[in-house]
Amino acid sequence: MPPPADWRDRLPTEGDRYAYGFLDEGAKREIRRKLLKAVAIPGCQVAFGSREMPIARGWGTGGLQLTLALIGPQDVLKVIDQGADDSVNAVNIKRFVKRVTDAALTTDTAAATLIQTRHRIPEEPLRPHQVLVFQVPIPEPLRLVEPSERTTRRMHAEADYSRMWLYLYEDIVKFKAITVGARYPVMVNRRHLMDPSPIPRWDVPKLNRGEALLLFCAGREKRIYAVPPHTRVEPLAFEDFAFRVEAFDGRRCERCGAATTFLDEVVDDKTGRRVYSCSDTAFCDKIRRRGDRETPSPEEKRG
Amino acid sequence: MGYVAVRGGAAAIENAAQFSLVRRAGGDSNLLEPAQIRDQLHFAVDRVMGEGSLYAPDLAALAFKQAAGDTLEAAFILRAYRTTLPRLGYAEPIATDAMRLIRRISAAFKDIPGGQLLGPTSDYTLRLLDFDLQAESSARTREAVAQLLKDTAPLAPLPERFPKVVEMLRREGLLAPRPASSGKEEPLVDITRQALTFPAARSAQLQSLARGETGGMLALAYSNMRGYGSVHPVIGELRVGYLPVPYKNPVSGVVETIGEILVTEAEVISRIADDGGPAVFSLGYGLCFGHNETKAIAMAVLDRAIAAPEPAAPSEDQEFVLTHVDGIESMGFCNHYKLPHYVTFQSELDRLRNIQAEETSARDPLS
Repeated sequence: MPPPADWRDRLPTEGDRYAYGFLDEGAKREIRRKLLKAVAIPGCQVAFGSREMPIARGWGTGGLQLTLALIGPQDVLKVIDQGADDSVNAVNIKRFVKRVTDAALTTDTAAATLIQTRHRIPEEPLRPHQVLVFQVPIPEPLRLVEPSERTTRRMHAEADYSRMWLYLYEDIVKFKAITVGARYPVMVNRRHLMDPSPIPRWDVPKLNRGEALLLFCAGREKRIYAVPPHTRVEPLAFEDFAFRVEAFDGRRCERCGAATTFLDEVVDDKTGRRVYSCSDTAFCDKIRRRGDRETPSPEEKRG
Repeated sequence: MGYVAVRGGAAAIENAAQFSLVRRAGGDSNLLEPAQIRDQLHFAVDRVMGEGSLYAPDLAALAFKQAAGDTLEAAFILRAYRTTLPRLGYAEPIATDAMRLIRRISAAFKDIPGGQLLGPTSDYTLRLLDFDLQAESSARTREAVAQLLKDTAPLAPLPERFPKVVEMLRREGLLAPRPASSGKEEPLVDITRQALTFPAARSAQLQSLARGETGGMLALAYSNMRGYGSVHPVIGELRVGYLPVPYKNPVSGVVETIGEILVTEAEVISRIADDGGPAVFSLGYGLCFGHNETKAIAMAVLDRAIAAPEPAAPSEDQEFVLTHVDGIESMGFCNHYKLPHYVTFQSELDRLRNIQAEETSARDPLS
């Protein structure tokens, strides 16, 4: 006799046993205060008393805490994981937020006021009223070259990023290329070196002088940082060795034909052929719905 | 399309939860009651309470049932529940010599004031499988327990306070005082409300260790004892027992006892490397919820190890130890690698292909 489909909802754990937004008011207030500090010092990591969440550390507890501390009844929430709205963890996070806030949900980037993301920035340009919340596994860009937190804090205080530059330089000497894939280190407001979370290099230019507020939170490492709108964000690069995004060699998306999006490489089960499709599934669907298998014009992309 | 395993959202999650239910409760044995777990699997319950950092035997037993016996997962469930509870206040400091003991031993001294109390321990048993338990009769076992309790002559009531073994050393001037690692007066830190910063206050160090994961702490402490470190521990005193929790009523200002908690406390003595000064001992301190001697001893060794001014091994580096002992954090991060990483991997692929192409064209300039 299988259990009924809604057996979970019948359990005596009603959403109303929890506060609005799950976190207690003290926790929310602290997170908001730390957010203000983070916005005031772009790119600087602010320590906070990260709370344990009902999802595992490393699964988006940082982003989730920001979302819950910011969300209100008027908000429309979108959650994406590697560009997709329907991946299991994104759905899980959305369901949880819905359960403790009853907020409206969407997959449409343009319709969202609050977007929580793992590893991508949506292809559709964001607008001034929107907030993008990044889940961050490793907030410290210098961790690559220095394991000790005490030392990296001092390096930030002194704006001493020479070891990072050296790392990139040695990369070039060894491989004739900078081998950093995702998580490319960026300089924010010409002062703080920042880890943009594991977004592909493709998304790094979108961080620069954007219109939306960009917030970053690492739950496990207990750090919050931010890039306010219109802030300079520059990838570390040498004059004679430019920063390069991922190359797709003119390939287009199989589903919508877009040639200007970040593509997922998928091996087709039947043919064994490598096919490419948009990583941003909502954007892909939007173009398909419009029925033009063409790249949207720049005007359209600006919304 | 490939890789649909990570898509499919709501229905997939629902099905996975139902499969887990079948996995836990699909057999034909009787379903466990949390009370059975609380009473009979008390070591598991104590571990979950300690690592989940919430003293709540009933809830820990429930979490253990829900997690189908996975202590890491159960501690995680309990820790997530703890988050939702308001912080009502802090207990007054507790002097542990007032512990209502069930066990107390010292390895440093043969005779200790108040005597050694073995209490319930399996230390001296042969670990042979007891096949009689396969068909244990509740009635007979209950009878045996009742008989035991009847036949045991009550001891003269135990003294109110057992003197601490390490106090004797302290009086002789053999214990080195422990300076704060930051070198200045330290405020009390609440690690559930503040992120760890380094050097961490001793209160933050002890809190982090007290809710650390037993296995992880054991591995780090063992590495130190075995040779990657300089702590040669002697157990000055190990206590298991109940501590009264005094709480100052915020309205009346009166300090009241609001209950008892079962704890394990270990004090480890280790000789300090003398740098020209008089040779003295120093102390490592361990205390955790419930009956968990392995964890308390490992904690005391680590507490002592991270006091080293110049870390010579990973277990002596306070940042290394404190940032890696939390089971909820390490288990979560370890398992997050099950999440899809195809965007990041695409980024890596791009770099690799780019480098290989560069190398090929460098080797073969005509291509």
